[in-house]
Amino acid sequence: MSGTGPFRALLVSRLREFYREPEALFWVYGFPVLLAIGLGIAFRERPPEQVRIDVLGAPVGDDAALRTLQADPRFQARACAGGECAQRLRLGRTDLVVVPGAQGFEFRFDPTRPESVLARARTEDALQRAAGRADPVKVEEQPVTQPGSRYIDFLIPGLLGMNLMGGGLWGIGFVLVDMRVRKLLKRLVATPMRRSDFLLAMMGSRILFMLPEVALLLAAGALLFHVRVQGSLLAVLAVSLLGAVSFAGLGLFVACRAQKIETVSGLMNVVMLPMWLLSGIFFSSERFPAALQPAIQALPLTLLNEALRAVILEGASLSSQAIRLGGLALWGAVSFVLALRWFRWS
Amino acid sequence: MPAGSAGVAIRCSGLHKRFVSRSSTVDAVNGLDLEVRSGECFGLLGPNGAGKTTTIEILEGLLAPTSGEVEVLGSRWESHPDQLRQRIGISLQETRFAEKLSVRETLELFRSFYRRGLSPEEAMAQVSLQEKSGAWVGKLSGGQRQRLAVACALIGDPELLFLDEPTTGLDPQSRRSLWDILRELRARGRTILVTTHYMDEAERLCDRVAIVDAGKVIALGSPAELVARLGGEHVVEFALDATAKGIGEAEYRALPGVSGVRIHPDGVALTVTEPHITVPALLERLQRERLALARLATRHVSLEDVFVELTGRNLRDEAASAA
Repeated sequence: MSGTGPFRALLVSRLREFYREPEALFWVYGFPVLLAIGLGIAFRERPPEQVRIDVLGAPVGDDAALRTLQADPRFQARACAGGECAQRLRLGRTDLVVVPGAQGFEFRFDPTRPESVLARARTEDALQRAAGRADPVKVEEQPVTQPGSRYIDFLIPGLLGMNLMGGGLWGIGFVLVDMRVRKLLKRLVATPMRRSDFLLAMMGSRILFMLPEVALLLAAGALLFHVRVQGSLLAVLAVSLLGAVSFAGLGLFVACRAQKIETVSGLMNVVMLPMWLLSGIFFSSERFPAALQPAIQALPLTLLNEALRAVILEGASLSSQAIRLGGLALWGAVSFVLALRWFRWS
Repeated sequence: MPAGSAGVAIRCSGLHKRFVSRSSTVDAVNGLDLEVRSGECFGLLGPNGAGKTTTIEILEGLLAPTSGEVEVLGSRWESHPDQLRQRIGISLQETRFAEKLSVRETLELFRSFYRRGLSPEEAMAQVSLQEKSGAWVGKLSGGQRQRLAVACALIGDPELLFLDEPTTGLDPQSRRSLWDILRELRARGRTILVTTHYMDEAERLCDRVAIVDAGKVIALGSPAELVARLGGEHVVEFALDATAKGIGEAEYRALPGVSGVRIHPDGVALTVTEPHITVPALLERLQRERLALARLATRHVSLEDVFVELTGRNLRDEAASAA
């Protein structure tokens, strides 16, 4: 007779509003997958790269060096004239210029370019061996390239963390301020609605939106790039759940007083931008100076990303991540409590 | 009326609300007393900024007064907030409901908060929105959205209804259809407190009206009583050619049947009892002075005239400048 309970009615309303918003669907579900595909392709594995060598004067003069290098598949060697060589070296079209001389060779290269340094070492090695150098120690090469250590493996957990952060902040913070601007929050508290029902429904909606988010990204990684989850899926889900709830708390906190969309957008950028940069989404946070590390490691997104990487890439157990997960939960709990204390309904 | 009588829906006395910000202190409500009887439609009338919305939000329990007593349906907000919320319905000044929910879904959501109430169908029927049941709120016209706001106020089948400027910004037809809805509600015995800055609205809808200015009630009574205070039932309005100077206020007052004179930049307004006696006398007088008329009109006295008489200000101008 009396229809559904308030918590369920609020949750269902929130879900309806969300799936009827195609832009929101794209940013939450489509964009991270596209980003993973784009970056996965850009940083895909390539066959071992050749080094590019120009040999000055050949084939007019002595072309023994040129022939040696051309015979080796690791080199892409060509002959060129003096002016042209200098030009190509300056423009980075060749890594190294070999100048054959009476006594030996002169190498011209830019020592600050890693590929030139590599070219120098390889070229010298090849030319010395061709000239009859005998190596006193035998070295064998065993190439190792396997899933788990590639860029895409690093990237997928980072994108997952980034998405959980964005979803919590935008999905809670932005929506709340929008409702405040529309005076819808005020209208709701003018009814007998319990405020806790409302906030729990917001949290519940975040958890429901999070499930397809995680599934899509992991599935895209697995199907397109063979990214394997080493740990248990349940552990990944548990870490994601904690991340979603903690960032929802942070979103609630950011939105607790703002009365304009512009204000809350600015605040959210202030919160998110440092974490995009520092928390190891696209590259490891260890690249930053050691003095900054304690602060960086305490950021909620760093905690989440590190825990996700440990579980997904290393197969770590939840208990081994207890400190990180505890830190993340603390962020969520503190911001949730502060948000409730300062929350403005009208 | 004896204290504690069952016939009172809202009672407030000595209501004060002070807003303090860094740059200014504003007394939005400044010693306001009010008594709304059960079953009546009561209008709070005044220009924008008079304190109507602040007053109604205090009565709705959404704002705390700086000082003063409020009693709604015999209870106080501090002691019985949940119980009161179940018994009243509210339409705020301009609420933008979720655009991507349908009319029915919006009503279902609001219905879920009340222990008892109307079905979404019944609420839609009361505001004639049945045919928009499945339409998204974002697709509704202004009038339809306002009717939805009233339906949301009705969904808990309240004893007391608060409506803050329900017709502001609506076209004349939508206003009229909303008036019909409110009249019907009153006919069913609901108590309604409505704020408006439209005089005609208050005259047509309300059993009693409080005219509010600068946070105080400056006049109280039925629209007919308030109009009767002006001494005449009609207004003769005229303007002279731009070059003409006209005659003095005392001379206008001396014309037969004139009970009030108001000279303003656009012309002159006379409050009169019998226009058919005053108008010929006025025309004769102007002709004798060789003054040419630019326009002349007679009409019934309205609450607008009451407001101008009480405050010396023109309500319509203030509404326009505030908008």
